[in-house]
Amino acid sequence: MAKRFSCHKISEGKATADAIISKDRIMFYQVRPEDGMMEEKNHHLEGRIIAKKVLLFPGGKGSSVVQQDGLYHLDRFQNMPAALIVQDPDPVLVAGAIIMEIPMVDRLSTEFYETVKDGDIITVNADEGYVEIQD
Amino acid sequence: MILNDEQKAMLDGKYGEGAAYAMKIQVGIGECFDAPRMVPIKRAHVALSNQAGDLWFAEKLVKAGAKCRVAPTVNPGFCLGHFTGECAHPVDGPSAEHMQRTDNAYRTLGAVLSYNCTPYIATNVPNFGEVCAFSESSATPYVNAVWGARSNRESANSALCAAITGCVPEYGLLLDENRKGDILVHVEANMKSDYEYHLLGMMGDKIGEGIPVFTGLPKVITPEALRNLGAQLNTSGAYGMYHIVGFTPEAPTKEVALGGKAPKREVVITDKDLKEFEEKFSDEAHDGKVDFAMFGCPHFTLEEAMYIAKHIEGKQLAIPMYILVSSHARQMADRMGITDILTAAGAEIIPDTCPDQPCWHYLKGKVGITESPKCAYYPRRRGINFMIRDLDTCIEAALTGEVK
Repeated sequence: MAKRFSCHKISEGKATADAIISKDRIMFYQVRPEDGMMEEKNHHLEGRIIAKKVLLFPGGKGSSVVQQDGLYHLDRFQNMPAALIVQDPDPVLVAGAIIMEIPMVDRLSTEFYETVKDGDIITVNADEGYVEIQD
Repeated sequence: MILNDEQKAMLDGKYGEGAAYAMKIQVGIGECFDAPRMVPIKRAHVALSNQAGDLWFAEKLVKAGAKCRVAPTVNPGFCLGHFTGECAHPVDGPSAEHMQRTDNAYRTLGAVLSYNCTPYIATNVPNFGEVCAFSESSATPYVNAVWGARSNRESANSALCAAITGCVPEYGLLLDENRKGDILVHVEANMKSDYEYHLLGMMGDKIGEGIPVFTGLPKVITPEALRNLGAQLNTSGAYGMYHIVGFTPEAPTKEVALGGKAPKREVVITDKDLKEFEEKFSDEAHDGKVDFAMFGCPHFTLEEAMYIAKHIEGKQLAIPMYILVSSHARQMADRMGITDILTAAGAEIIPDTCPDQPCWHYLKGKVGITESPKCAYYPRRRGINFMIRDLDTCIEAALTGEVK
């Protein structure tokens, strides 16, 4: 049975996809638009693909332009993440997700973070305020 | 979130589709941060970037009929007048057309076409306590910390939405309790010029997340030094606010700056930290030769242009030098004969332009020298590398073509 956890909606929508977990903050400017690969040197996800995945990450970083513009370029190649689960949202990241219409949620429990593993199939339903980890 | 009748009407489309879209985005941000209401603003600054995503969003708002209620100042793209026509290395047609479309979109939205990233020094200065919406790395910490105004670290998009709706969600740095410092930073380094504030700002990894309270800084700190500090704090991390004890208005004492609480962390910054950063971050030219010098990220002030003019007057530069400034500074430099002195020596003083723009296409593969780590950081993705040194060393390097 799927395990369900409550969350807080930041950007509306829902999606189901594989989870990819980043220990490092994310700047979407540093993700290659053509395939959605993280290009930032020494980043926890360096060389990995975030396209069409549910991305779990601590928060954003970089100047006031980099998130929405980075996501825009990914979107041109249909390589945006399917959904975002963030621990520490900031206005630049939040505006980027809302404008680019990616579901994004926060305020997941410690239990969720202890349970979830890279590669799990996850459903994010921002509108109804839950995240499910599929079996 | 509770909206008043006017704000509700805006969200419902009574003021057009564009205003409704801007309000929807702002309500989304407000709800994310549990803002109870929207509050009015009279001042905004948009970090226009002339990137593809920026133009897409601005044109989307134009198509939806949006107009700014509060005319915001905007960041630089590149100066079409300078980089087309008789320019030795003109931009290609598509890049010029892109800049023209950005210019058209922001003009239609009703922005002040200032193309300057340091509005807080001259053209868009808030009062103490004034709520406003400032995006751009160096701008948000400047208006909060130095002027005591109240802005969240807006994105370029959210600041544009605020300019359109004339209001911002009330949360974060708009509230007293969130403006207190929580990291005590003892500066033991010798802050002998504006350059050291660039390096201090790049200590984000060491300082950590929070609101820094700096102690040990000199009694006199220039606007340029404060500009540098804010710009680099948001290159190495994300800081909307800081305090300097005995200097910034909300930090008359350490205790007041910290809100009467103990700091969650204490950090010491020494000369060694700054030197180590400079060595690690600088793209050292292996033979000590550099191809060009670039200053003005963020934009140089008139005083800085005058300082360079004084040092190169009557001499001839060995390599090109680009000094990026506001159109106001350029106008003053023209009137005062500074532009003539700089041009005669081989330097270019260019308004409205940012280092992270396609107009610098011809510098790809070259190594420049600059005093700003931010200037070095963003153009790397365009294949342009930079050595970092203090301003005097950069000027000397421009005169000889070599870094001693």
